[in-house]
Amino acid sequence: MNPFAYQRASAPDEAVRAGAARGAKFLGGGTNLVDLMKYNVEHPATLVDVNHIGLDKVEEAGGGVRIGASVRNSDLANNPTIVQNYPLLSQALLAGASAQLRNLATTGGNLLQRPRCYYFTDTAFPACNKREPGSGCAAINGYQRLHAVLGQTDEGAKSPHTCIAINPSDMNVALHALGATVEVVGPKGKRSIAVGEFHRLVGKDPSAETTLRPGELIVAVTLPPAKFAKNSWYQKVRDRQSYAFAVVSVAAGLELEGGTIRSAGLALGGVAHKPWRVEAAEKALVGQHAGQESFRKAAELVMAGAKGYEHNNFKIERAKQSVVRALTLAAKGVQA
Amino acid sequence: MQAIKQVGILRVIAAIFLHSESAFSYYPYLTVKCEVSVSPCTDVDDLEDGITVSPLEREISRRSFLAASGVVSAGIAAGLPRALAEPASAGSLAPQMLSVTLSINKEKRQLSVDTRTTLLDLLRENLDLTGSKKGCDHGQCGACTVLLDGRRVNSCLTLAVAAQGAEITTIEGLGTPEHMHAAQTAFLEHDGFQCGYCTPGQICSAVALVDEVKRGELSQVSFESGTLSHPAITEREIKERMSGNICRCGAYPNIVAAVRALTMQGSAGGAA
Repeated sequence: MNPFAYQRASAPDEAVRAGAARGAKFLGGGTNLVDLMKYNVEHPATLVDVNHIGLDKVEEAGGGVRIGASVRNSDLANNPTIVQNYPLLSQALLAGASAQLRNLATTGGNLLQRPRCYYFTDTAFPACNKREPGSGCAAINGYQRLHAVLGQTDEGAKSPHTCIAINPSDMNVALHALGATVEVVGPKGKRSIAVGEFHRLVGKDPSAETTLRPGELIVAVTLPPAKFAKNSWYQKVRDRQSYAFAVVSVAAGLELEGGTIRSAGLALGGVAHKPWRVEAAEKALVGQHAGQESFRKAAELVMAGAKGYEHNNFKIERAKQSVVRALTLAAKGVQA
Repeated sequence: MQAIKQVGILRVIAAIFLHSESAFSYYPYLTVKCEVSVSPCTDVDDLEDGITVSPLEREISRRSFLAASGVVSAGIAAGLPRALAEPASAGSLAPQMLSVTLSINKEKRQLSVDTRTTLLDLLRENLDLTGSKKGCDHGQCGACTVLLDGRRVNSCLTLAVAAQGAEITTIEGLGTPEHMHAAQTAFLEHDGFQCGYCTPGQICSAVALVDEVKRGELSQVSFESGTLSHPAITEREIKERMSGNICRCGAYPNIVAAVRALTMQGSAGGAA
């Protein structure tokens, strides 16, 4: 780990001022950042601690809810309003990491969680466009079991654009299905970003996972009024039953009237550089009977255009099955 | 300054060795062994309680690993110049020392720490509280679990400077051999360990688990069983809630039994 200065901010504006310094990074729970610093993947000159700037509340707002950026994953998952109105978010959070890590990890930090591609986190591999822009991609011809099958940039191992890393978060998948908004403050003021625009695909630039601008600090996440309180499910498929990243995950929410779908929220984790949400698939569910036929059709629409590799080809069919399962369990209903 | 640079270079080389091995190893223990051999600040005596490895064995395992993999060697050759150049770009900054006040096991301590020091290293290397163990050092095993304001956290990912203002409780603060905490008694009674290396983390975790259950906190299993209000603590619930603590001996059945006994005691706080 390289030497760094540490500064504890006491208010958001103070944090933004300190965060404007060259090489400064914001410190939340540190579960990802400190880990990557140990691997020498991240080397900030200054850490600005944003755990004590008054962003630790969950409040009802605008018919929905506003979640402070430093609310811990464990507190958010167990917040009565979230359990009652947004059980999908609670379930996704509890599917991630361990109790210890959830006690540290923050809402803002989880949004910024970096990919867990082994070729990114291990500096012994010289080629990683995300870590060393222009160096190529070691994953594409390597072991890609946990890598992307949708929306990836694949121009060959030597291309500076190639990257098949995925967003490893569970929370983010639920936030995409729920249509969350991310509130940020930066040197140039405040702005709100729809979560779908907040996370980005690789395109020609593998270095960044979000559209956050330099020096911007996440202050809150807002959720629209709850539609899926009664019918939602987070389905996570992984190599062991707990404490492992998703091979494939699905956040599904249904608004039902009798057996008919009035609206749907559907996002996938473990398949792309950002949580994968296809509006056409959600729309195709509207007005349909909640059953295997419409679920299977939605699954095909979500996974359209998927391209797998030697070790992750299985994900494509697995993801479709998981979509059907998540929607089936969502339709069955959450019991409280 | 020269001396600092040399230590830095050694650390980089050590880091490359470690990374290469962890990437190609299916055995987390091997990584632990290697860490013992290269880390200048690990309490070897303490580690040997859990893992007995001679220095020669460690050396052989490292060499055979490197010899076995051309890819690893190539990675090192290519990685080295870049890694060595790194301190110039990332830190023209010298090590930063900060004065901090930490409350550990109800005792206030004023300390001067390098900002890079994790809470785990501070406890073990500076304060001689070697009960908290270093397993993976990356939040993947739970051996370093301590209580921060009563909540379980991985001390290996917590920076000491960021823990200011919190009340830290380690295994040493829970109980003594004469006056054990109920959780320690439960692990003894149910033989909830073999080598004992992960045990302090398991016990700290179990203590926090009991409080979480009392507060009615949920787990992903609560969703599967459809009980979102004060779920009953079944064996499945315990396994899920303890999943952040890995036991390489595989003493899980007895660990579950110990935690189960503890949750059934109703009030599990304080010394037994």
